[in-house]
Amino acid sequence: MRSLGRYLLIRTLLTIPMIFVLVTLVFLILRVMPGDPVKSSIRPGAPQEYIDEIRHTLGLDKPLYVQYGDYLWDLLHFDLGTTLSPVRGQSVAKQIWEHFPATLELALAGMFVTAVVGVGMGAYAAHHRRSVADYSLRLYAIIIYAIPVFWLGLMFQLIFGVWLRWFPIAGRISSLAMAPKHITGLYTLDSLLTGNWAAFKDSMMHLALPALTLGLYLSGVFVRLTRSNMLQILKMDFVTAARARGIPERTVVYRHALKNALIPIITMMGLQFALLLAGAVLTESTFSWPGLGRFLVERITYRDFPSIQGAVVVFALLVASVSLLVDVLYAWIDPRIRY
Amino acid sequence: MTEPLLQVEHLTVTYETRQGPVRAVDDVSFTVYRGEVLGLVGESGCGKSTLGMALLRMVRPPGRISSGRMIFQGRDLMQLSEGEMRKLRGRHISMVFQDPMTSLNPLQRIGDHIVETIRTHEPQVSKKEAWERAAQLIQRLGISPDRLKDYPHQLSGGMRQRIMIGIGLALNADLIIADEPTTSLDVIVEAQFLDLLRELRDEFNLTMILITHNIGVVAELADRVAVMYAGRMAEIGPVHDVFHRTLHPYTRGLLASVPSIRLEDGLELETLSGAPPSLLDPPPGCRFHPRCPQAKPVCAQRVPAWQEIHPGHGTACWLYAEEEA
Repeated sequence: MRSLGRYLLIRTLLTIPMIFVLVTLVFLILRVMPGDPVKSSIRPGAPQEYIDEIRHTLGLDKPLYVQYGDYLWDLLHFDLGTTLSPVRGQSVAKQIWEHFPATLELALAGMFVTAVVGVGMGAYAAHHRRSVADYSLRLYAIIIYAIPVFWLGLMFQLIFGVWLRWFPIAGRISSLAMAPKHITGLYTLDSLLTGNWAAFKDSMMHLALPALTLGLYLSGVFVRLTRSNMLQILKMDFVTAARARGIPERTVVYRHALKNALIPIITMMGLQFALLLAGAVLTESTFSWPGLGRFLVERITYRDFPSIQGAVVVFALLVASVSLLVDVLYAWIDPRIRY
Repeated sequence: MTEPLLQVEHLTVTYETRQGPVRAVDDVSFTVYRGEVLGLVGESGCGKSTLGMALLRMVRPPGRISSGRMIFQGRDLMQLSEGEMRKLRGRHISMVFQDPMTSLNPLQRIGDHIVETIRTHEPQVSKKEAWERAAQLIQRLGISPDRLKDYPHQLSGGMRQRIMIGIGLALNADLIIADEPTTSLDVIVEAQFLDLLRELRDEFNLTMILITHNIGVVAELADRVAVMYAGRMAEIGPVHDVFHRTLHPYTRGLLASVPSIRLEDGLELETLSGAPPSLLDPPPGCRFHPRCPQAKPVCAQRVPAWQEIHPGHGTACWLYAEEEA
C-alpha cells in the first residue's frame, strides 16, 4: 500500500506539467482567435476611447507575456481570476463551482448508463454468440456509435418529451424552489439524502433523457469491446475448469469471465471519460442543462478568457483524476497488478 | 475392484469441420471399476483428451458426442438433462486439467475456488464451514492453510496442481479424470505429485482415469491401462499384462520407444516409424496398418473386432483373429 501511495503522488505531480501545457495553449489560442471580450459585451458603436479605457482597467492592453505571467502567477495561487464579460468582476472559481455539480451529475449518470448498457449488452452478446441477439446488438453498437450525440438528444426530446410526454426536455428541476438543500450539489443525491421524494422524482425525470443520450451514445464502443474481450476470456482454460466443477453457466459467464474481461474495459472507460465530457458539452446545450459545458459554450461566445481557461483547467483535472482512479481500480480488481 | 463405476459403450465424438466430419473418438468402449486407476495412453491427438471431455459431456462445438452410452452409477449420462449433468460435474466426476497455470481463475483466491465448488453442490454448507473444510483439505495436500488467501499467481505450479486435485477431493468425487496432470510440471515436482496421488489413491480409495502420453506415469500409478490410437481403442488390460504380454503391435512400439537407464550398449532405442494418420481421412481397416510391422492384407481392408485374449486383457488386432476367409 505504501508503494501505491507513492505511485499516486508521482502521478499527481505529473499532472502539473500537463495542466501547464494545456493552459498555455488555451491562453494563446484565445488571444489569437478573432473576437474581444470588451467588444462582445458592449453596445456596438461605442466610442473607441471608452473601449480603450475598459481594456486598460482590465489589463488587456499589457503586453501578452505580462498578461501570461500574471495569469500563471494567479493560477499558482489557485486564483482563477474574475470574469470579463458579459458581467465584469465575478469570481470565476465561484461560477465554476456553481456549475460543476450539474456536469458531475450528468457525467456520472451517463457513465452509469454506458457501463450497464454497454458492458451488459456486450457480455450478453458474447454469451449468446452468433444468435439473433448477438447480431442485433452488434448492429446497435455500430449505429449508435455513428449517430451524432446532439441529434440523438433531439430525437429523444421529440419522441419521449414532445410526442409521448414522458419526460421533461430541459433543465435539472421543474422550479428552483423545489431544489433540495445543497449538500453535494447533485440534485438527485441531495434530495435522496434529505428524504425529499418529490424533488428526487422530479430531478430523476429531468436527468433521464440527457443521461440516456450521453450514456447510449458512448455504449456502442463498450458493447463491441466487452463482447470481443469476453469471447477471448470464455475460451480460456479456467472458464472450462469452472464449468467442469459444475459452477452454473451464469456464474461462470457473468462472474468469473466478466470480471476477467474488465481490465481493458475500465481502461477504455478512463480514456472515454474525456469524450464523455465533450459529449456532455453538447448534451448540456441540447437539454439546457445548467452545467459546466453550457457555461463554457456561453463564455466562448462572450470571449470571457478567464472563465474559458478556468473551465478547461477543471475539465483537465477531471480527466486526470479519472485516469488516476482507473489505475487504482486496476489494482483493486486484479491482484496481479501492484504498484 | 469388481464393481463397475463407469461403462463407456461405443462412444463416438464427431467434429464437423469444413473438410467433413472428423471422428476424434471412434466407437470406444471401456469400463472403469470402483477404486482403480485406469491409465489412458496414446500419442498427442489420438483423442484421449477429447474422450476425457466427453465423459463430462463438455465437448466443445463444432464437436459433439454423436453416439454411444456412458453408464455412470447405473445412469446413462447421455440421457441426463444439462442441469442434471451440471450437478454431476465437480461433485461426482471431477476433472484435473493439464495446465495448472491457466486452470485457476487469476482473480479468485485459492480458497474461494474450493469454497465456491463446495457451496455450489452443497448450498446448505456455510461459507465459514466450507472455508474450514478447504483448510483441512489443503493441509492434507501439504500446503499451509494460510495459502487459501493467496491468488493463483502467488503459488507454484506444483501447488496449483495439488489445489486442482483438492477441488476434486473437496466433494469426494466418485471419479477423477486427470488430463495430463504432470505434463507441465518439472520432473522433481512431477515425482512429488505422483507420490501424493498414490497416497491419496490409497487413503481416499480414489477412482481415477489418468490420461497421459507418458507410459512411465502409467506404470507408476495405474492398475489397468487403455491404449488409444487414432481415435480407437487398441488394447486394454491390467498394467502388468499389457507391459509383459503385450498384444497390439502399437502398444509394443510405444513400450519400446521408452528410454531406459538399463538400456544395454549397442541397443538402439526403437521408434515408431511414420506419423499418426490424419483423422480427416483415416486409413481404411485398422488405422495402424500403414505403420504396423506385422500388417497383413486384411488389416488394410476391414476394421478388426475387439477380442478378449486373456481374462480382462483385450485388443482389436487381426493378429489374434481366427483365420477366416
